[in-house]
Amino acid sequence: MTAIEDRVAPPAAPPPGPTNRVWALLRNSWRQLTSMRTALLLLFLLAIAAIPGSVFPQRPVSAEDVSRYFAAHPKLAPVLDRLGGFDVYASAWFAAIYLLLFTSLVGCVLPRLREHLRSVRMVPPDAPKRLDRLPQHAPARARPEDPAEVAKIVVATLRRRRFRTVVREQPDGGWTVAAEKGHLKETGNLLFHFALLTVLIGVGFGHWYGWHGNRLLVAGDDHGFCNTVPQYDESALGPRVDPADLPNFCLELTGFTASYQPNGTPKAFLATVAVSEDGGSPRSRSFTVNDPLRLHHADVHLLGHGYAPILRYTDRYGEQQRRVVPFLPTDTMLTSEGVAQFPDVNIDPKTDKRDEGLQVGFEGVYLPTVATDGSPRSTYPAQRAPALFLTAYRGDLGLDVGIPGSVYALDRGQLANGELKQVSGARPHELRPGQSWTLDDGTKLEFLGTEQFVTLAIRYDPTQPLVLGGAVAGLIGLMLSLAGRRRRIWFRALPGAEPGGGGTLMTAGGLPRADYPGFGDEFSRLVESTQRDL
Amino acid sequence: MAELSNNLMAFTVLAYLAAMVGYAAEYAFGNRSHVGRAAARPARQLVGAGALGAAVPPPDDVVEVDRPQRDLGKIAGRIAVGLNAAGLLLHLGTLVTRAVAADRMPWGNMYEFILSVTFVGSATWLGVLSRKPAVRHLGLFVALTLVVLLGAAGLIAYTPVGPLVPALNSYWFVIHVSTIILASGILLLGAVPAAMFLIKTGYDQGKRRFPFTLGKRVPEAPALERLTFRLHAFAFPLFTFGALIAGPLWAEASWGRYWGWDPKEVWAFISWVVYACYLHARATPSVKRSTATWIALIGFATMLMNLFGVNLFFSGLHSYADPGGM
Repeated sequence: MTAIEDRVAPPAAPPPGPTNRVWALLRNSWRQLTSMRTALLLLFLLAIAAIPGSVFPQRPVSAEDVSRYFAAHPKLAPVLDRLGGFDVYASAWFAAIYLLLFTSLVGCVLPRLREHLRSVRMVPPDAPKRLDRLPQHAPARARPEDPAEVAKIVVATLRRRRFRTVVREQPDGGWTVAAEKGHLKETGNLLFHFALLTVLIGVGFGHWYGWHGNRLLVAGDDHGFCNTVPQYDESALGPRVDPADLPNFCLELTGFTASYQPNGTPKAFLATVAVSEDGGSPRSRSFTVNDPLRLHHADVHLLGHGYAPILRYTDRYGEQQRRVVPFLPTDTMLTSEGVAQFPDVNIDPKTDKRDEGLQVGFEGVYLPTVATDGSPRSTYPAQRAPALFLTAYRGDLGLDVGIPGSVYALDRGQLANGELKQVSGARPHELRPGQSWTLDDGTKLEFLGTEQFVTLAIRYDPTQPLVLGGAVAGLIGLMLSLAGRRRRIWFRALPGAEPGGGGTLMTAGGLPRADYPGFGDEFSRLVESTQRDL
Repeated sequence: MAELSNNLMAFTVLAYLAAMVGYAAEYAFGNRSHVGRAAARPARQLVGAGALGAAVPPPDDVVEVDRPQRDLGKIAGRIAVGLNAAGLLLHLGTLVTRAVAADRMPWGNMYEFILSVTFVGSATWLGVLSRKPAVRHLGLFVALTLVVLLGAAGLIAYTPVGPLVPALNSYWFVIHVSTIILASGILLLGAVPAAMFLIKTGYDQGKRRFPFTLGKRVPEAPALERLTFRLHAFAFPLFTFGALIAGPLWAEASWGRYWGWDPKEVWAFISWVVYACYLHARATPSVKRSTATWIALIGFATMLMNLFGVNLFFSGLHSYADPGGM
């Protein structure tokens, strides 16, 4: 990635021997890798390689979308999966591109850093013999002062404009002033590239030492949550994180409020929780979307919310079971789907044996606001006219097989093989809060009301400040490198402009060392201001 | 107020259309490009010198024949700039009334986003024009781009005025979206001289097929190339800040992670990489300027993909219509 690609001619090759040939191959590959052409190619490849990640569903973003894709494209999906198409940014080929790119970057910026440090320490070189051959030059002017004095004043003018300057007395009695400015361009450029490396390192370490988990939390003191891996619905710990390292805190949702516009779009959310950290006494804290709850080494983000109907089932022996069952929202009006399963019911108190054939499950939707036209979708996200629409099933729920299934749907296999049978009518039964429903075998389901629930993402990424620092440093470097311009200016003061041998003949020349269309203007302004100062 | 905004939007498009006609008139009847004039001048002076027998005849006497036509073009050009400025005011009016109607910054959806991006493009164009009147011949293509994008906004992306969802209700909304609008507007404008540079270069090489014939009257190729670079060099850090610093900062607060490869994020990353490629290519002497400019145009294509394609084809966190999401 050097800006000046063809800068070093390779030294004359010694006669090729076997070791030399290997060495030459390595050296040439390295040169090839660190050349600008390769860097450009790798940058382009990186851009192209990123595209599939926006086209195909990605596992880290949404595992459900990936399963849906598998269902929709049973032939294509496994092939894509093997190619890493569902986790593009963790795939080997994506990593290969950016690692090569960063190797190329290191190979380019390290020599440039050395070169830059050398050139920053170096004094500006002496004026060339013929200033009039430079891209910019000022015609000779006569001054009454003597050369040393002219040089002194020119230096003062240039220093005021933050040029680094060197004054040299020449053997012919003349004086030259060499001035240079604009090292910040290369400084910024290098800063930008090193900042990119910092960001990459930060992202990598964040992946190693960070962790996150998702959890659905129902309101109420009997639904508290403590920060341990088994209590998460889904969690991912970095390779260097031990489950015992997770910070110790417990959360309990004490309140959740949501307000909506008349058309049903949400206006504001507020979740209130009781937090106890490290076994301390619980404190009440509130948080919302865009304003997470920041705990020690963990941030709690509010991702979603919904309703959990409270159901009570009375079995044929009069035993009661109460369940708070979160129903997952399927649209913005919070039409929600869910299932309530009662595996441990209808146990004969005499034998104390469970009959798998007498387990019950209820599946259906919860509408916070039922439409007046009877459509199965909610018309408003707040609970204005709530109702449950349920279908009852009896039989083996299939929960004992040990295969983890969804807690939001019944086991389709059990329904298909007839182990689980529908026992209610063709249309789902409607239940308003407080109503009860007696099934064909005399057992009863009561809909007692609802609790609110929230879905939370809890995360910790220790290198976030490093990544942010890298990004900000990168931006500063970028602006310096785009705005900066390196240029050199020389003044020569020769004695003997006046007939008596006194006075000075002054010439000037300028050389831009980067693409700088405005250099001519700056140069003439500079020459003018030295004339004024004299 | 919302209706007023919609009416103003229609008038904005009409004004830009009228400006486009004006620019086109100047383009068709007007001034030759600087190169053309410079090439024609010595010949005229030679004829003049012979005819009048004077050392330096005033050139105006000689070019008398051209005069009415040249003035016509100039007038058309000036009217076009005036119409463009009027369009800009109407454009501003559209945005302000929209903001008042919604009681927030008018950056909440795709329609408003395009309105804002084109506003920045148009304003930057008039800014560039005030400093460099010589590039006025590009006006036809700028106005064309504005009309096409605004038309697309009205036809494809129109959304009735509505409040923000809570996820957008953050001060980061103003910072993140405004810098991206500014950067996108300037990059959008930067694509015009980039395309014209390629056309002009082709024209100068003697190509006379259709797109190259457009290069007949535009400013000289190096000036177009410099303008392209300066617009990009200005917009790139803005885009970096808006998309890769302010965006992740907000995403961290809102979604819990600073970067999550959401489709919008993916395409912002792609655009950033491609524009970085352009800046590297342009800084490398061995890469031809036309190659570098092609890369800038690819960058612009990725920006359009992010603006239209991602909104219409992919759903992600930036769509704000997820079931039950916030």
